[in-house]
Amino acid sequence: MQANNKKITRYLIPAFLIIFYVAYASFKVLGQEHGHDSTSNVSQTSNQHTDEKGIHASHENLPANEESHAKEEKIDAGKIIMEHIGDAYDWHIATIGHSHVSIPLPVILKDNNGVKIFLSSKFQHGHAVYQGYKLEKGKIVAVNADGSINTQAQFFDISITKNVASLLMSVILLCWLMLSVARQYKTNKGRAPKGIANVIEQLVLFVRDEVARPSIGPKYAKFLPYLLTIFFFIFINNLFGLIPFFPGGANVTGNIAITMVLAIFTFVITTYNGNKSYWGHILLPPGVPKALWVLLIPIEIIGMFNKPIVLMIRLFANITAGHIIILGFFSLIFIFGAMNQYLGYGVSVVSVAFTVFMNFIELLVAFLQAYVFTLLSALYFGTAVEEHHTKEHH
Amino acid sequence: MELVKPGLGLIFWMTITFSIVLYILSKFAWKPILNAIREREDSINNALNAAEEARIQMSALKADNEKLLNQARVERDQMLKEANEIKESIIAQAKKSADEEGRKIIAKASETIEAAKLNAMNQLKTQVAVLSVDLAEKVLRKKMEDRAQQEAFVNENLKSISLN
Repeated sequence: MQANNKKITRYLIPAFLIIFYVAYASFKVLGQEHGHDSTSNVSQTSNQHTDEKGIHASHENLPANEESHAKEEKIDAGKIIMEHIGDAYDWHIATIGHSHVSIPLPVILKDNNGVKIFLSSKFQHGHAVYQGYKLEKGKIVAVNADGSINTQAQFFDISITKNVASLLMSVILLCWLMLSVARQYKTNKGRAPKGIANVIEQLVLFVRDEVARPSIGPKYAKFLPYLLTIFFFIFINNLFGLIPFFPGGANVTGNIAITMVLAIFTFVITTYNGNKSYWGHILLPPGVPKALWVLLIPIEIIGMFNKPIVLMIRLFANITAGHIIILGFFSLIFIFGAMNQYLGYGVSVVSVAFTVFMNFIELLVAFLQAYVFTLLSALYFGTAVEEHHTKEHH
Repeated sequence: MELVKPGLGLIFWMTITFSIVLYILSKFAWKPILNAIREREDSINNALNAAEEARIQMSALKADNEKLLNQARVERDQMLKEANEIKESIIAQAKKSADEEGRKIIAKASETIEAAKLNAMNQLKTQVAVLSVDLAEKVLRKKMEDRAQQEAFVNENLKSISLN
């Protein structure tokens, strides 16, 4: 095992150097493309390669296939990556030749005229105006009668976007999974768990015995359902995010709105359950001279809000970063393919190898971030319900 | 930055979805699962406790048995010892009585022998006396065959008898 690890690291370092060199070179090339008029030239050559590369990429991964579309004009890795980790009004599956294969999702808009519900395919990928709205850079904007964008229009966009759809699917899976496990416990009462229940039980016991009980203390049972829910919710969505095509592919837990809602839930529960000593700790910091209260109380109050913000950002940043790295590796293939077809083939081998490596790390991160979010929530609940008897703790 | 701007729609759906999921899972999944796990843990704990109790009882029983056995062994030893003593004493007594008996028998025997000897002696004496008398008679007869000698002898004897 030890020897094996050493072997891998021996190859890792030169491989990383190659990747960095490649990234640096591509940055320069792209910079030149921006400056010069040679864009058309490059795009022509890349057009010739598109079909071959489409086939080539399909062996590796689907996102790669999708990227071949963006490359036709000009390869902008940043834009491709942002499109993939961001939200969308349709669920893009693949691009074959020039036609996009995507699932249109319902758009729900609430404005002064009422609620409008229609499929996002009505926008025709930003080419059409429908019911006074159109897609502009992936966002829905209101348009005036003459076709110009109306920035003053007030409307609420509660569309079922790609992330919402993915969220709903993962949640349905989660509920089905847990309810079937729960049913097994009822039918198989008092017996050893079997099959999937065995796996779930290990995780449940892990959350109960390693997270909730040591962090919260004797009152852990009250918070256990919430902790289990966020743990499995984050874990399953992280795993869904790692699937490169249809059922997954969305970046749910790497979306700041999702992590924000989760963090707000934790914050609300912490605040609601805060006991006398918790509030006393914030508003009347014990063990310090009263003169320092002017300084400490604002710090404590900021700290109170800081905790959920940190939770929100940690999960969002970790998952998004993982997606960006994997997409970055695939973008390299096409950046190099645009420069030289065979260079693209060469880089693809390295990129796939690294993506495989990153995927393993992401699997670990998927579990780790679910664990960390749950653990920190449990710790915050712990501080909220802890009884301070002495003034030594602070 | 588009990335760090939370979308309103997503917040809306996430809040609704997560609340529903939290409710459903808490009520229909976590409660039965955690209860079942706790019940099973309790039953396992109970079973382990019962086993432990049984083990303690067993060891107590074993100790009791051991004690009984030891007691029995001590009793047996004592009994053996007593039996031995009794045997010894019986043997000793038997020996003593046998000695006494022997001595008595010997004494009796020697008495009998003495008596027999005395008897024999007496008989012998009588025999000897008879024989002697006989012999003496025979001798006398031989000697006193003629009348003259008889007279002489009687006279002589008469002379020796003093009639006092």
